[in-house]
Amino acid sequence: MDLNDVRGIHTLLVMVAFLGIVWWAYSAKRRKPNDEAANLPFEDDDIDQRTRRKENTENDQ
Amino acid sequence: MSTANFDLTYNYKVVRQFTIMTVVWGILGMAMGVLIASQLYWPSMNLDLPWTHFGRLRPLHTNLVIFGFGGSALFATSYYVVQRTCQARLLSDGLAAFTFWGWNLVLVLACITLPMGFTSTKEYAELEWPIDILITVVWVAYAMVFFGTIMKRKAKHIYVANWFYGAFIITVAVLHIGNNLELPVSAFKSYSIYAGVTDAMMQWWWGHNAVGFFLTAGFLGMMYYFVPKQADRPVYSYRLSIVHFWALLATYVWAGGHHLHYSALPDWAQTAGMVMSLILLAPSWGGMINGMMTLSGAWHKLRTDPILRFLVVSLSFYGMSTFEGPMMAIKTVNALSHNTDWTIGHVHSGALGWVAMISIGATYHLVPKLWGVSKMYSVNLINIHFWLATIGTVLYIVAMWVNGIMQGLMWRAVNADGTLTYSFVEALEASKPGYLVRFIGGAIFLSGMLVMAYNAWMTVRQKDAVALDNSAPQAA
Ligand code: HEM
Ligand code: HEM
Repeated sequence: MDLNDVRGIHTLLVMVAFLGIVWWAYSAKRRKPNDEAANLPFEDDDIDQRTRRKENTENDQ
Repeated sequence: MSTANFDLTYNYKVVRQFTIMTVVWGILGMAMGVLIASQLYWPSMNLDLPWTHFGRLRPLHTNLVIFGFGGSALFATSYYVVQRTCQARLLSDGLAAFTFWGWNLVLVLACITLPMGFTSTKEYAELEWPIDILITVVWVAYAMVFFGTIMKRKAKHIYVANWFYGAFIITVAVLHIGNNLELPVSAFKSYSIYAGVTDAMMQWWWGHNAVGFFLTAGFLGMMYYFVPKQADRPVYSYRLSIVHFWALLATYVWAGGHHLHYSALPDWAQTAGMVMSLILLAPSWGGMINGMMTLSGAWHKLRTDPILRFLVVSLSFYGMSTFEGPMMAIKTVNALSHNTDWTIGHVHSGALGWVAMISIGATYHLVPKLWGVSKMYSVNLINIHFWLATIGTVLYIVAMWVNGIMQGLMWRAVNADGTLTYSFVEALEASKPGYLVRFIGGAIFLSGMLVMAYNAWMTVRQKDAVALDNSAPQAA
């Protein structure tokens, strides 16, 4: 086996890894977790508002 | 999910500090850009002093815009996004404050040492070894704060923006240390431990990934948070964002060879760099499409919201420069474009169109939220800034395209007897009008930054503004 076989195998492995990621990301069982994650930017308004309220009272003192 | 934690608050202080410095370094760095642009048109602007010479101020420009302006924007937004999407406070307020003061100290040292002529001569890594060590320490602290916050998270998932910010932090750490291995010979002079073509390859492994991770991956993290937030809808396809992430990361690190076409770099490495650059088009456009399509069904918001317009136009420029880049990586095209103003045009379509515009959009989104007012002092001024930025960018890059292609053609023209048709100076003469247009475009872009500084200043100090909490219950 010479270096070029290693290169060929490497290319194949990278391709398999890539297809694996696509298959995983698009699989039906990932739908719900993906949707949950996609909504993360919209779920923390309470903490944001609490932070500002606290900062305001600190400034008043 | 956060209901379990009734007294959790975020650290907005460090985000505010970095946001201010984004504007400050942005203005200083771009003013430096306008100054060196004027030197290329009016050589006497060199002022005949060693400290104000083009050769010394050019690296100061690149350091201040990339690490000062871009870096501050990345620190500010990554600290903001990681807290908000993890629903956790930063790991340590003290360590975060250390990164703020440490990073700004690096930039102040750059302002002192570069004009004095201290340089390692490696592009985008010019700062000498004592400053390199300081950068490393600050960067390790940054990584601890960022990943420590992710480990503390209340949310189950790690939002995709954090993946991009995280990759940017890790890769820049590895590249910075790898490329800056050097032997100090005195307090302010060191030599790279690599020699010859190995040194060149290391340099462009760093240089290209400064583009790929500093100027791209980090800003894609920004895109994945601020575009959905400003458009008020989740990203178009979360699945695509996962594929986008892994494909982009796996490809970018291999493309550096395209900076060394027709050099002493082995031919196979040049070809590998070219092929990887062509492949890079796919993940780049995948990401752009994902950002753009987030607006589907909400396109009308572009008419009324100049902040959203900044974000979307930045994506168009991102698409443009990541189409241009792979083309320029083709060896035969590079034979024409290399060392001409075409490269400079490509750089600034990425730098002004993509990096600056998305940072400006994010800053306008952040300022009112961080200072607890309902919106920016003047939406009209944001609109004016948008047009100044767009016109400035277009003038800049069109002038450089024209100059670049003209220079490439003039340099390669030969007479029937094999002698060169044009001397170098003739090509330089022909470039002068383009340099004037670039100077004007840059000055227009800079004036937009001043408008932003005024608008932000007025937003922060408007005392009678209605605080966010009292006005809109559903805000933020
Ligand atoms: C007002 C805006 C700007 C002006 C007028 C300007 C002007 C210039 C000029 C005159 C050069 C030297 C070109 C040469 O050597 O022929 C340059 C180089 C450069 N600028 Fe800017 N610039 C501006 C904004 C920016 C921004 C915002 C960034 C990055 C975020 C940036 C990144 C760079 C880089 C990376 C280079 C080096 C390019 C290379 O070596 O190929 N610039 N700029
Ligand atoms: C798919 C993406 C991209 C590819 C394949 C690519 C490719 C290239 C190529 C071939 C060059 C010219 C090298 C030479 O002839 O010396 C170049 C230069 C450059 N590009 Fe890109 N580019 C891409 C995206 C970007 C983006 C988005 C930015 C900025 C945000 C950027 C910033 C730069 C800079 C700063 C240089 C000048 C480096 C120097 O010589 O100092 N590129 N790029």
